[in-house]
Amino acid sequence: MDFLTEPVGLSHFLAVGAFLFAIGAVCMATKRNTLGVLMGVELILNGANVNFVAFASPYFREENLGLEGSLLALFVIVLAAAEAAVALAIALNYYNNHSTIDVDKANELKG
Amino acid sequence: MTNLPLLLSAAINWHTVFFYLVSFAACGFALAMVVSNNVVRMAFFLVISLAATSGLIFLTGAHFVGAMQLMIYVGGTVVLLIFGVMLTAQQAFISMKTKAGDWILALIVGGSLLALLTQIAFSVPAWRTSNYQAQLQAEVTAAEEEIIAAMAADNRTELTPEEEARLRPLLAKLKYGQPGLTSQVGLGLVGVRADQPELDSPGYAGYLLPFEIVSVHLLVVLIGAAYLARSKRSVSPTGEGGH
Repeated sequence: MDFLTEPVGLSHFLAVGAFLFAIGAVCMATKRNTLGVLMGVELILNGANVNFVAFASPYFREENLGLEGSLLALFVIVLAAAEAAVALAIALNYYNNHSTIDVDKANELKG
Repeated sequence: MTNLPLLLSAAINWHTVFFYLVSFAACGFALAMVVSNNVVRMAFFLVISLAATSGLIFLTGAHFVGAMQLMIYVGGTVVLLIFGVMLTAQQAFISMKTKAGDWILALIVGGSLLALLTQIAFSVPAWRTSNYQAQLQAEVTAAEEEIIAAMAADNRTELTPEEEARLRPLLAKLKYGQPGLTSQVGLGLVGVRADQPELDSPGYAGYLLPFEIVSVHLLVVLIGAAYLARSKRSVSPTGEGGH
């Protein structure tokens, strides 16, 4: 039980961020449901956000990002909200016109 | 079986304990989300995973970002997603099975991505652990000992204002982490860098322009979303309109 007494470092946070990122990528690739793909995007943005705040924290490094990291994380959160709103609107529109949300069937725009 | 009294007598680092709890919740529910085929369950797992991520952000000391994560993501975005599920999902579309080939390809790509990123994360020795807590504790102890010695030398029992002014920020840092960060974030968004007072032209280093851009972007996106999600036009008898 040595690991409970030692302080965690930046690496642990980066590993969690990498895990969320990879899971989000897998989610985006495997889900056939439009909303499932959207949730994968949310997970990816979250993984990036964890990295931003971890690099900004003075708990782990002397020369940290400081305020920059927090502000970038805030911008990422706001942009993720905007992205979710517009992607959901597109998904709803698609569902209204085609009565399905299966991404495999969304090949009408194929060039 | 580990030696429980020995374990309890050792100084358990509660920061570490909470980190493992919260990160296992975040990763575990994210994994459950990918494995699940039901959209409603996926939305629920996503809520828990995002809430746990906000706990992770609190643990890095960025309290304002963590609160925003809870409010915007968990309170806003996920509610939007759940509305999307409710407005689109019918019995046939709630669960859609993925082909096995897709799973294998995605797992290969995701697994190699994860292996690469984890290896990079642990490749820098200075990142593996942190001596911040020990350093801060040593600083506080040194200051306290110095002040106690001075008090004993002068034969007094109360702190002078200078000593209190020296001790108070250290104790606040030890107890609350970064108490000034929230106001610094607010000032940074209007273009003033309170954390870097040495900058001679602070307006150029602030975040006023990105803040404005993001605000206008949010407005444009919301108008666009309302336009896209409007109700379907009915087809007129002459064949005009519709698609």
